[in-house]
Amino acid sequence: MQVEEFLELSAERSPKKTALVCRDRRLTYQEIEIQCNRLAHSLVAEGVQRGARVAIYLENSVEAVLSIFAVLKAGAVFLVVNPTTKVDKLAYILNNCRAVALITDIRKLAGLESRRQQLPHLKSIFVAGMNSTSLRDSNARLVSLDNTLSRADLSNLPPLKKCIDIDLAALIYTSGSTGNPKGVMLTHLNIVSAATSITTYLENVPDDIILSVLPLSFDYGLYQVLMAFKIGGTVILERSFTYPYAVIEKLVQEKVTGFPLVPTISAILLQLELKKYDFSSLRYVTNTAAALPTQHIRQLRKVFPHVKLYSMYGLTECKRVSYLPPDQIDLRPTSVGRGMPNEEVYIVDDNGRRVDPGVIGELVVRGSNVMKGYWELPEETDKFLRRGDLPGEKVLYTGDLFRMDEEGFLYFVGRKDDIIKCRGEKVSPREIEDVLYSLDGIAEAAVLGVPDGLLGQAIRAIITLREGARLTQRDIQRHCSQHLEDFMVPKFVEFRDSLPKTSSGKISKRELAIPAGAQK
Amino acid sequence: MQNIEQELRRFVVDNFLFGQANGHLSNSDSFLDKGIIDSTGVLELVVFLEETYRIKIQDRELVPDNLDSINNLVRFLERKRQLTA
Repeated sequence: MQVEEFLELSAERSPKKTALVCRDRRLTYQEIEIQCNRLAHSLVAEGVQRGARVAIYLENSVEAVLSIFAVLKAGAVFLVVNPTTKVDKLAYILNNCRAVALITDIRKLAGLESRRQQLPHLKSIFVAGMNSTSLRDSNARLVSLDNTLSRADLSNLPPLKKCIDIDLAALIYTSGSTGNPKGVMLTHLNIVSAATSITTYLENVPDDIILSVLPLSFDYGLYQVLMAFKIGGTVILERSFTYPYAVIEKLVQEKVTGFPLVPTISAILLQLELKKYDFSSLRYVTNTAAALPTQHIRQLRKVFPHVKLYSMYGLTECKRVSYLPPDQIDLRPTSVGRGMPNEEVYIVDDNGRRVDPGVIGELVVRGSNVMKGYWELPEETDKFLRRGDLPGEKVLYTGDLFRMDEEGFLYFVGRKDDIIKCRGEKVSPREIEDVLYSLDGIAEAAVLGVPDGLLGQAIRAIITLREGARLTQRDIQRHCSQHLEDFMVPKFVEFRDSLPKTSSGKISKRELAIPAGAQK
Repeated sequence: MQNIEQELRRFVVDNFLFGQANGHLSNSDSFLDKGIIDSTGVLELVVFLEETYRIKIQDRELVPDNLDSINNLVRFLERKRQLTA
């Protein structure tokens, strides 16, 4: 099976059913199917071939959803880039995967203007909000997305299928320890497998109405749409959780049954006055990205006593690792559960040998949901995909330290590297440090995560200045906000005269991580 | 009103833009569209409005129509003040 068939089969079964609600627009499966087919034909006509990469750089919107399925229907590979990604990083990603087409809107295109000359692989840009049908300038051809979606001369039927299920369907760029983002390669089989397992344990049915405020660039957000289409349900796509009450009202109005959270959203949710709302339609709430504090779990159980609360854990490289069955949440609130259906998880020591219950080791994941590797990074891939039990088999070494209890329930202990999880997104300290070092006046910089009730972990930058340099916290945050996605801008900036070093002369993050009061 | 507009602008630029791009933010620019503000930011903005202008903002008032641009904020504050006057 291929991922675009989620849409195609649902459109065949229930063409008139509402598939997607986004702001003031409601689209049926049939409407989506037809528009995706048109866009797919147009992509093919622009020269997009099987396996080519097409980037989608849009806010959560109808156009973004249409683009994902259209790219797949064209036999190509989609990547959704976070809309707050700055132009330098976007250009890096586009060049790294040699994207031949970009789908964006007119406002974002303007922001990209300075880089247009430096994107040699890009042949066409589909632009939402552009009136003229198409323009050819010195670089890529500009095509109106709105006109393409309504072009009656393009076939309403899907293009001929060219892919098989071990072809790539998506790249998801994620923070790497080197500072440059790396593209997680996911095949159709990877995505179909993960979506099947997840919808199985969530017991999803066609009557489900899922409300998502998560960006489509984040696999958790992306899967809300993919899975809703797979089961033939309805997805209410919001741009963000910026106006929580507006989202809550929508949740009630649309009789939403499934609401995916990350700890940041649950922290805000729990600050709201929710008594007057009728949540009787709500069937389940999920959490992933970072562990939900036990306190949140208790409060959420109070606010939504009838709702199944799923505590889950995963990483982009295999989408999801585990889920805690809702009937276990009061018994083991700190566990992230067991492996999901059709997937095996186990814990190994430094030599790759399986360890006994209670022993801390690295979590390993085995299943058809495990990625194909990192795009054109064979060495990095070999670090994470290692030999499994079967000859030739590769299993995923997650880099996460866990322990398992006697009954097979997993407990997160920590990361092997220093990746920070902030607002549910992975953040590489190195990427922020690189940006800090590019600012004149900074002599040394170290970035680490500090526990934060709202963000999971907040980003803290510790800095020493060159002699005579005068930089304030604001100068540093401003510089970061010009070069990094919003969620990567340090919340705390601290100046010191010197940074502690290890015996080999590296900055000692371990020592920096000790709270100031506890230092000797 | 001129004063309030400047105060609001200063708060938004200082806290959400870290002091940059003052000239680029027009009074009608949507904070959402410009990616200036997120849900944590809205809560900060509400605290600022309540403390600075001694008003109480109701939950149902936390909507883009009231809060999503300098102009919307100025109008919202005007209305709130008429109510309390």
